[in-house]
Amino acid sequence: MITSFVKKSTLAGLLVASAVAQPVLAADEYKLGLVTFLSGGAAGPFGVPAKNAADLVLETLNAGGLPAPYNMKGINGRTIKPVYVDEAGGATKQASELRNLVERQGVDSVVGYISSGDCLAVPAVAEELKTLTVLFDCGTPRVFEDSSYQYVFRTGPTATMDNVAASHYIKEMFPKLDSVSGINQNYSFGHESWADFNGSLNKLIPNVEVTTKQFPKIYAGQYGAEISALMVNSANVIHSSFWGGDMEAFLLQGSARGLFEDQTAVLTTGESAMYRLEGQIPEGTILGGRGPFGIYAPDNALNRWFREAYIARFETAPTYPAYKMVQGIFGLKLATEKAAEKVKGQPTTEDVVSAFENLVYEGPGGTVSMNMGNGHQASMEMVYGRYSHKSGEPSVTDVRRYPAACVNPPEGMSSIEWIEKGMPGAKCN
Amino acid sequence: MKLVIAMLMDGVIYASWLFIIAAGLTLIYGVMRILNMAHGSFYAIGAYSGASLVGFYLAGGYPPWGAYLMLLGAAIVSGALVGILIERGLLRIMYGRDEVVMILVTYAILLILEDVIKLIWGVDAYFAYQPYTLLGRTKMAGISFANYDIALIFVAASICFLLWWGLNRTRQGKLLQAVIHDRDTAAFLGINVTKMFSITFVIGAVLGALAGSLTAPGISVMPGIGVEVIILAFAVVVIGGLGSVGGALMGALIVGLARSAAVHLYPEAELFVIYGVMGLVLAFRPQGLFAIATARKI
Repeated sequence: MITSFVKKSTLAGLLVASAVAQPVLAADEYKLGLVTFLSGGAAGPFGVPAKNAADLVLETLNAGGLPAPYNMKGINGRTIKPVYVDEAGGATKQASELRNLVERQGVDSVVGYISSGDCLAVPAVAEELKTLTVLFDCGTPRVFEDSSYQYVFRTGPTATMDNVAASHYIKEMFPKLDSVSGINQNYSFGHESWADFNGSLNKLIPNVEVTTKQFPKIYAGQYGAEISALMVNSANVIHSSFWGGDMEAFLLQGSARGLFEDQTAVLTTGESAMYRLEGQIPEGTILGGRGPFGIYAPDNALNRWFREAYIARFETAPTYPAYKMVQGIFGLKLATEKAAEKVKGQPTTEDVVSAFENLVYEGPGGTVSMNMGNGHQASMEMVYGRYSHKSGEPSVTDVRRYPAACVNPPEGMSSIEWIEKGMPGAKCN
Repeated sequence: MKLVIAMLMDGVIYASWLFIIAAGLTLIYGVMRILNMAHGSFYAIGAYSGASLVGFYLAGGYPPWGAYLMLLGAAIVSGALVGILIERGLLRIMYGRDEVVMILVTYAILLILEDVIKLIWGVDAYFAYQPYTLLGRTKMAGISFANYDIALIFVAASICFLLWWGLNRTRQGKLLQAVIHDRDTAAFLGINVTKMFSITFVIGAVLGALAGSLTAPGISVMPGIGVEVIILAFAVVVIGGLGSVGGALMGALIVGLARSAAVHLYPEAELFVIYGVMGLVLAFRPQGLFAIATARKI
């Protein structure tokens, strides 16, 4: 009887011990939560390229195969173990998923989020859990304009610069511009993009007529009526922040109907489709890439390595979500290692947060300056060009680069306020 | 004039697309009393099959006109295959259950098929734009319309006629009508109701797949497209009256024209008008505009 009791107690003790021991990581392992779309409409154009980039970079980092300053193995010598979460499902689900990542999976930090809705929802949870969370792609400027956070950083620039730079580009390319129209998705990113574009264009070229502005439902897929409305209300330029399948469907349907033969489209996220829809994008279409990414990335050692390695492994060129994922991981790595230099052993989350604030670092897309949102929001230069397929390969011509200080509001001023006041302090030369 | 023609054409083209999607949904409900949530998956499978087959076909260097046959073939094969599998493998053992239970069952099928699609085709988008551009375009009052979209009007009209003819002018159709009116009595009279159900479900699945296959050339075929259209299709059949093919046609026309008018005249209301019309219909005629109210059997 006693022996049986001892056996049972020992067994129970072992089970409890093993259950408790399970979540404890090896000291040299860094558990990184990675949140990106693995299903739904945003997976193909954004989520999967971002995941591919993360897989590639994490493997290379773990092998210590990157040039300085990223040559230390893993993150501060600790092997990175990724934990992927599908971003599909909406903001409420993502808030729960972040909690799961931290409390059940025991991640050290999180890099993720493509949707603006998710980026507005998760920071409150990240703050509550005191977990360093790096937003890598979403565009809404409201994340750090409406609130301030200690544990949340965004290493990708906001969508404001996409649209302000588009206005500058149009002003240069269309000196006789007198009308514009717009087609943007009916949610925060679409509405904010149009407001920033229309507002900044009005300041740069006053009295430009808006012939029509369309806001179809996201993922609508069918744009016949909107295309007719754009034709009936013809303008010099059609602005669109459509992304993914919506942008591709709009391009296919608009091209088939000749929409772009006498109107020029400005696609602020168009770079992500230039290889997927090779030959189907009309000549001269103005393409943005949400920053100096993809074909607009500078010719530096990191970009050369990343581009070659990505193409070799995935047989396609990396588009901007892939670049922005790498940028997010690099920022986290550098901040952690910078913090570790000041402390003995591994730094605390608060040490990393301090090191991350106002960090300036290099990525495959060039210089990233965490100089907005109290040092938590990145700014970068913005680039636009015009699509050409004349050489038989997708390329861009008439490329213009706009410094970060030209297309982003100064610290402490919201995007809307900055644009409404005529973009004071913009340094464009 | 330009605006009126644009509104009418856009409305009718959109309505044609909606009708092709909704026809199978309303047919299945009319005969089987199953509000088939998985219809969205049939649409998606048709779109993926069509895009894949067209891609393979054109990569082989075959004449481009054959791509239209590929779209049709992909819809028939994929729709029939999935329809038979689901009807024989699952629905057949669930017949006689409450309509709400059947909604949950078909919703589960929708979720399963969404993942099956991801397993087969992955999450990358597929394109099959060649059939969309090959037909060229027609200018009306200064506005160009893709001939492919105009052809959809004729396809929708043909489907509508075939369904009407099949239900009203053929022996099988009359037997089916007997099943629709009273399945128990039809069974007593020797009609093989189970076989009728199977045939109906497969035809409905093929119609769903055909809608997807015909839509594929104009869109980026990607995960989630089936979920998006099923809501629209429900709005159409609810407005027209569940189970009524004529109702689906009128529902599609009402939604198509209302949406087109909104896009041209007041774009902010584009989404609202569809569900606004549906709400109005439900408020004043809950059974839909063209469904005949029937007494509940006890």
